[in-house]
Amino acid sequence: MNIQAAITIYKFEMARFSRTIFQSLVAPIITTSLYFVVFGAAIGSKIETINGVSYGSFIVPGLIMLYLMTESINNAAFGIYFPKFVGSIFEVLSAPVSSLEATVGYVGAAASKSTIIGLMIFLTSNLFVTHDIKYPLVMAIFIILTAITFSLFGFIIGIWAQNWEKLSIIPTLLVTPLVFLGGSFYSIDMLPEFWQKVSLLNPVFYLISGFRWSFFGASEIPIALSIVAILSFKAICLAVIAIIFKTGYRLRT
Amino acid sequence: MKSQISIENVSKVFGRHKALNNVSLEIKKGEIFALLGPNGAGKTTLISAICGLCRQSSGNIKVEDFDTLSHYKETRNQIGLVPQELPLDGFESVYNSCQFSRGLFGLKENRDHIDKILKTLSLFDKRDEQIFGLSGGMKRRLLIAKALAHEPKILFLDEPTAGVDVSLRRDIWKLIEDQKKMGVTIILTTHYIEEAEQLADRVGIITSGEIILVKEKTALMSEFSKKTTFIRLSKKLKNLSFIKKNNKISLTENGMALKLVGINNTSNELQSIVNLLSQNGIVFTEINTVDNSLEDIFLDLVESQ
Repeated sequence: MNIQAAITIYKFEMARFSRTIFQSLVAPIITTSLYFVVFGAAIGSKIETINGVSYGSFIVPGLIMLYLMTESINNAAFGIYFPKFVGSIFEVLSAPVSSLEATVGYVGAAASKSTIIGLMIFLTSNLFVTHDIKYPLVMAIFIILTAITFSLFGFIIGIWAQNWEKLSIIPTLLVTPLVFLGGSFYSIDMLPEFWQKVSLLNPVFYLISGFRWSFFGASEIPIALSIVAILSFKAICLAVIAIIFKTGYRLRT
Repeated sequence: MKSQISIENVSKVFGRHKALNNVSLEIKKGEIFALLGPNGAGKTTLISAICGLCRQSSGNIKVEDFDTLSHYKETRNQIGLVPQELPLDGFESVYNSCQFSRGLFGLKENRDHIDKILKTLSLFDKRDEQIFGLSGGMKRRLLIAKALAHEPKILFLDEPTAGVDVSLRRDIWKLIEDQKKMGVTIILTTHYIEEAEQLADRVGIITSGEIILVKEKTALMSEFSKKTTFIRLSKKLKNLSFIKKNNKISLTENGMALKLVGINNTSNELQSIVNLLSQNGIVFTEINTVDNSLEDIFLDLVESQ
């Protein structure tokens, strides 16, 4: 196995992250702070506790998930789309690099970046709310699993996209609404019964709910269901990537 | 000489367009092979198929007896590719970009090797600069440096001197000759026939996806060589009525010279034309004979298809 190639791609992508460190880290931190000021302090003070958790604390897992998912997708999609756009992807395609090695390099870097951002948001939240994490190991597993899974999804989007518009269309029109409607900022128990049932069709809801369980030890659905949901989505993404590399879809002519 | 690359009945179809049509070709170890052809002839498609950028629709390609599809790691490990365009990540530094190329081939960082290549290509001073700040010629050289970063045994150069100035073109030619001396096999596509004439050991001509000729350059030049003789006159001639109609002879340079194609200096034919000029009181000032170039041969072959 050409491990050096995977490391090379990983380091190259992480170097891109370090070149834009201000934009990559400071922007999410400022936005998160605004969320806490607006939702946590201003609006949250009018909302009762949810399952015994203050509203400010309740939204922390949702906020982390929001950034984790969107940053994973954006980083991975851009990571593979940009060399396609400028043409430098020819280097990877003509090198002795397997599909697994290329995926580990690009997806690993994207997942690392989003995990760093997720952790920064978690640290920022500590400035505004205090919370004990009930199951820190589960929380860490959820963060890593979500970062990898959504980076795989972003990687697929980056290969599929043929222009900048297509690159942003799925994250903007599909993922962001699903994250917002997946209980990032509310419990589905707060919704009318019909919309509660509709929420159960949203796959992101299962991830946020499971992640919230690791914080507070309680969630709307069993933790096992959340883990099954994310592992299933990961398996689907891996299968799609395997097909892409086998057929050369939008990579090789 | 042993074949290093073996291409057997390779075809590539894009929709209804057959870019390669049953191409078979052997590339020998250590040679410089020039692949010539007009635009859209299939040169880049053939290179892409060997390097793994596209998959042939049918046929087999082997590099050092390894199949390029089933043993792609073994085949690609030996190949360095300089593409026709300038596909570079402009935000990266020159050095890191070369190191990236090397790393993809499973090799660890080797500063001395990269520095040596950058010095050879006069890019050492630019090693820490971002690529988007480089000139077109520097970017072209950087692509060569990147292709050499993993010390390939086979180097593909797809129009390496397109759009570069004369001085840089000579530098690149020298680099190609140096690589050959080091035992690297070089496959070159070019629009500059002079380049092939200067560098190549063998020449292949491809047109409409088919290889129409593969020959040693010297054999090709002597087999297809035609001499052209110019007889320059002291006065302008209006017509050639005094000479029996002959498609080998024509007026040129606005009537101030006769052009004789494919007539040997030592033949009686030339002597009789000179005699005819004297008999008709036509004074000539110079007789000059030139061999036709590879470019003339290339054009003749392509146009005859």
